Amino acid sequence: MARIFAFIEHKSGVVSDTAGELLAAAKKIDPSATPTAIVAGSGPELEAACQSLCASFHEVWKIASEALAYPNAELIRKALVGVLPQGSIVLAAHNHFGIDLAPGLSIKLNAAFVSDVVSIEGLEGTWLKVVRQEFGGQVSAHMRCDLSPGAVIGVRPGAFHALENVTSSGQVVDKSSDAGTLTASRRYVETVVAEAGAVDITKHDVLVSIGRGIQEQENVAIAQELADVMGAAVSCSRPVVDAKWMEKSRQVGTSGKTVKPKVYLACGISGAFQHLAGVQGNAFLVAINKNPKAPIFQVADVGIVADLLEFLPELTNKIREMQSVSVK
Amino acid sequence: MTVEMLVCVRRVPDTSENEIALNREGNDIERDDLVYSINEWDNYAVEEALQMVAKAGGNVTVVTVGGDDDEEILRREMAMGANHGVLLCDEAFDGSDGKGIATILKAFVQKGHYDLILTGVQAEDGGAQVGGMLAAMLDYPFASLVNSIEVRDGKTLKIGREIEGGNKEMNEIDLPCVLSIQTGINEPRYVGMRGIRQVASLPVPTYGAAELGVEAGAVGASGAKVKRVDYFAPALGKGARMLEGSQEEIIDELLELVKAKGGLK
Repeated sequence: MARIFAFIEHKSGVVSDTAGELLAAAKKIDPSATPTAIVAGSGPELEAACQSLCASFHEVWKIASEALAYPNAELIRKALVGVLPQGSIVLAAHNHFGIDLAPGLSIKLNAAFVSDVVSIEGLEGTWLKVVRQEFGGQVSAHMRCDLSPGAVIGVRPGAFHALENVTSSGQVVDKSSDAGTLTASRRYVETVVAEAGAVDITKHDVLVSIGRGIQEQENVAIAQELADVMGAAVSCSRPVVDAKWMEKSRQVGTSGKTVKPKVYLACGISGAFQHLAGVQGNAFLVAINKNPKAPIFQVADVGIVADLLEFLPELTNKIREMQSVSVK
Repeated sequence: MTVEMLVCVRRVPDTSENEIALNREGNDIERDDLVYSINEWDNYAVEEALQMVAKAGGNVTVVTVGGDDDEEILRREMAMGANHGVLLCDEAFDGSDGKGIATILKAFVQKGHYDLILTGVQAEDGGAQVGGMLAAMLDYPFASLVNSIEVRDGKTLKIGREIEGGNKEMNEIDLPCVLSIQTGINEPRYVGMRGIRQVASLPVPTYGAAELGVEAGAVGASGAKVKRVDYFAPALGKGARMLEGSQEEIIDELLELVKAKGGLK
């Protein structure tokens, strides 16, 4: 079995939550493996990241360079190609950084590549059987990936239960001198922080959240009326923002806001993981969707199969009725 | 400057028109009566290319790896305004994995000259991989999840990448390069039947493995190191409690539940 590595991201020295998840995924490939962490960066932040990884990994490979102070995927790819032994199995998180890094890394290593893995079922000879979701999570697929030439495996964040504090004797090995010359044809300039927006959806206990099922811009008003009677705010999933029906600041998900409401009414939202990852804090999740097979029904607390354009106005009316009775 | 642009596109089952479900055998998706269309991300990429060329001048070529059925999406994108459509088609390409597709595209890229190559971030049934692989094979710089492009001069672009929390990572990137385009970057124009009829007689050249100089063993099922075994129904959670009955009963029950959870006063 080839050696297994996990490329670990960190921000200002704080290691990504995916570190323990990648360790868990590595153990699924080979329970007897002692995976090696690789971490890149510079200065005291890199040292801090290395030290905290020593609690989970027996060996931590450090690549230190001023050029890596910001995680530029092109430079990190060059460094990894210099550092990794032939035939390595490399795990990385399938996120905005991993999507930048992993496909090109697999080409430069002449290794197989499988991305967005949500489950690992084990080896059949040199072939690893894994699970990936397709069509926005409506169906899953078993994929087989040949590990014999080495492999790069993109692991979906949150899909594996993190393993932590499995050792206390991790060793840091400095691999910086193997990284080679690091110049990039893509250069980081700055990070533009998202605008707050007029309505702060992260501050609401109840969210009426709409997805593609709302069908047209005019129908957003139907959700707004319901939100108004509930004292809630309207949030949305990505397709609603892509269609320019709502501001980006209303979007819930990995590329939008993370919310922690008490009640989350998902209206016409199919339930892609990128969206659901933005709903945290044990929210009571109600899914309303006309497709009984929508993936969101598998994760919601309560499900209703209904046409939004009919159901939401009825719900609004009923709440209005209740409120007028209680006022009297 | 003028920009010569290549956009790599794919035809996929349209998830806004179909509910994707398992077939009766439970090993593949039900393919009868599926409505296909251009992969959503790719359509944004074509629109972005058209807008760039409208400002800077140049040409947009759309290319796909596939069969005769896939020609329709090339014509659709030509109706949007793409100048050329090219089909890369050969039995030897069947069963290619992401690397195989990138290998075929690389051979096509090297037959011409392109300043900028765009792909969608991912396909409905793909792995967000071909753009990054193609860039690495060509030794071009690459950026994924691109949600803004600004032409600076003939040598560099300023691009924005969508990162976590709705934040945007700004980068400068040298040309030629490969960018994978995120949905929402623009508003793709509408294509009517009339527009598609107008491009119906334009030629769509087809290239096979021999014309491209692609070694058959490097692509197709024989070259694939990653293969899809089957499809199955995902089991993500324990499943929601489904509320049933008349609409009125459902609403009453829902309101009780929401009240109990503190969602209504």
